[in-house]
Amino acid sequence: MKKAEKILVAMSGGVDSSVAAAVLIKEGFDVTGVTMKLWGGSSDTGCCSVSDVIDARRVADQLEIPHHVFNFGDEFDTHVVEPYVEAHAIGETPNPCIECNRHIKFDKLFRRAHALGFDLLATGHHAQIAQETNGLRIKRAEDHAKDQSYVLHMLNQDQLQKLRFPIGTMTKKHVREIANSLSLQTADKADSQDVCFISRTKGGRQLFLQERLEMTSGQVIDTTGTQIAEIDAVEMVTIGQRKGLGVSGETNPHYAIDVNVQQATVTAGSKEDLFCQQTPIANLHWVGEADHGTLHVQTSAHGKTYPARIDQRVIWEEPHMKVAPGQSIVFYKNNTVVGSAIAKKH
Amino acid sequence: MIYLDNAASAPTRQETIEAMVSVLEENYGNPSGSHSMARKARRAIDDARDILAETLGCRAQEIIYTSGGTEADNLAIFGTHNALGGTVICSATEHHAVLEPTETIGGQIAKVNPDGSLDLNHLADLLNEQTTLVSIGLVNGETGIIQDLETISDLIKELAPNALLHTDAVQGFPWLDIPTATKTADLVSIAAHKFGGPKGIGVLVAKEKAKLAPMQLGGGQEQGIRSGTQDVAGIVGMAAAAQQTSNTRQATIERVTPLRNQLANELTSIKGSYETGVSRNSNGETNRSKKIAGSCHVCFDQIESEALLFLLEQENILASAASSCSSGAQDPSHVLAAMGYNRELAGGSLRLSLGYKTSETDIQKALEVIPKSITKLRKTGS
Repeated sequence: MKKAEKILVAMSGGVDSSVAAAVLIKEGFDVTGVTMKLWGGSSDTGCCSVSDVIDARRVADQLEIPHHVFNFGDEFDTHVVEPYVEAHAIGETPNPCIECNRHIKFDKLFRRAHALGFDLLATGHHAQIAQETNGLRIKRAEDHAKDQSYVLHMLNQDQLQKLRFPIGTMTKKHVREIANSLSLQTADKADSQDVCFISRTKGGRQLFLQERLEMTSGQVIDTTGTQIAEIDAVEMVTIGQRKGLGVSGETNPHYAIDVNVQQATVTAGSKEDLFCQQTPIANLHWVGEADHGTLHVQTSAHGKTYPARIDQRVIWEEPHMKVAPGQSIVFYKNNTVVGSAIAKKH
Repeated sequence: MIYLDNAASAPTRQETIEAMVSVLEENYGNPSGSHSMARKARRAIDDARDILAETLGCRAQEIIYTSGGTEADNLAIFGTHNALGGTVICSATEHHAVLEPTETIGGQIAKVNPDGSLDLNHLADLLNEQTTLVSIGLVNGETGIIQDLETISDLIKELAPNALLHTDAVQGFPWLDIPTATKTADLVSIAAHKFGGPKGIGVLVAKEKAKLAPMQLGGGQEQGIRSGTQDVAGIVGMAAAAQQTSNTRQATIERVTPLRNQLANELTSIKGSYETGVSRNSNGETNRSKKIAGSCHVCFDQIESEALLFLLEQENILASAASSCSSGAQDPSHVLAAMGYNRELAGGSLRLSLGYKTSETDIQKALEVIPKSITKLRKTGS
């Protein structure tokens, strides 16, 4: 009999990664669970709290697999938390989950797994890895509503070869059914939603950033440059934001259409001003060949896709809401990730 | 299984198990009661108190049973502070059970030298007439470094005549003659599971000068300092382990010291390795006289402890790095940080703690596996 492949499963303490581990055991892998301790501060239900480690450990006990905890707190601070704060300091809207995937799960943990003699690494992400004629590709999950391919767009061929997403072919309903059938104690656990290192119950994003950044007070100006309000923290404003600008306008609502921390201004405009034909980009990356035809373009983790062409910038077929600088933009063709970029300031 | 994590918990002694089973089966009365079963239980914990008093070099009435080392430390610090007020000082390398209470009451933290010994000049700067308590661990749990309590006590007497000295002797009990080593301390904490007793039981010795406000109120057990029905089986098990440890301590030290030296000598022959708390004799030999016999603590550059410990466990070798947090992850060591080790090197620490059961074969196997694992990890760069 062929020796079972050794696979390390990242178990966050949620139902998806619990079932991922269970599925791999059934498929005959030699499975070990690991939970990463990433954040020592307060959190709500994110992946870093001790209670989630306990959940992961108890599921591993139920599945009778070894479970370890790796402390990647320093790396998480360096690659996720600090850049998150720095991005806000220059008025950008970062996506920390993508940076965590890029630097922690699929780099630090990936290398650790290799060093410890594992053949493969698995996570409970809702996404699929498809073999296409020109290599492996990230594809949307079976359950489009839960799809996480957007936050996995950066994975390269070497990583994809050694990765498994066992629940990518399942609906969330099916995942919970499996968890229930195995009486896994995470079967009914709610999905995590927010940034794991920010506690909603302890002041949320605003307090988190206030403790780490000196906020810039500034002016809210209209598109002609005239001041229409004052604001305490320019860094806290995101493109498209309507509330908290200090501008009354029930009949003629104002939206943040530009944030300029250096000049301490937030430009407010009408809904029309919020839309654009083109979005400037940086870090353009194609998984295979560049594709200048019409693609489906997604600009946020659970956002919809819109048709656009890519030619040194995103050229939308229909006017599109401005994308906050710092956001990842992912291009799909037939539900498969073909490229990505980062939104730049207009 | 090769168990090199005795500093975390020692294997339970046979004498402990037998003593405890006998109590659990036959001696279930409440020691605070008045009938014959109660008196029997009372007798058991008082006999144990006599045994412990002898092994600790104190009077039986000075022994307060606690739920372990952490409670004993908390009681020493909060209890003294609540009774006397003033300022509490502890060293930067103390166990969290001392550090956190001290920080909570706004105490002061004394620095240590790069060799782990207390920085006496800094302590002298901190000491004054307001100081009511100084807490210095006898032996550090991570590095095995022994503090010179006698010198520290002399300094306290000179500069802070009102201050008491507390020592967390939890890691010292298996390896040092406690009556001698803690002679100058007014308060001494020990925990049974470090010397082959059960978990969840310990002692705070509160000598004549100590003044403690109770932290736990109720039935007035333990002279009103620590209310709550005593854990009779735990106490009896602890006394059995303490007696056996005292009786065999010298022989264990003589047997384990050469094993530890062989282990440490061979590990430090690996490139990029740094043994903590040692010095060089004039003949070039490593001097480990400031460390307990069971401690081999080495930092390796380009190594992450977690990865190393994982590989060792695959080969059935159980060890640890710094202290573990409640999640089971290895936390960065505050002890090595205080000694001036950079975070990267501290992140490659390996604590191999030998015990009364460690054999020559264990050390041979460890020496086959550890250098190989280090080479492997350095090659793969994780």
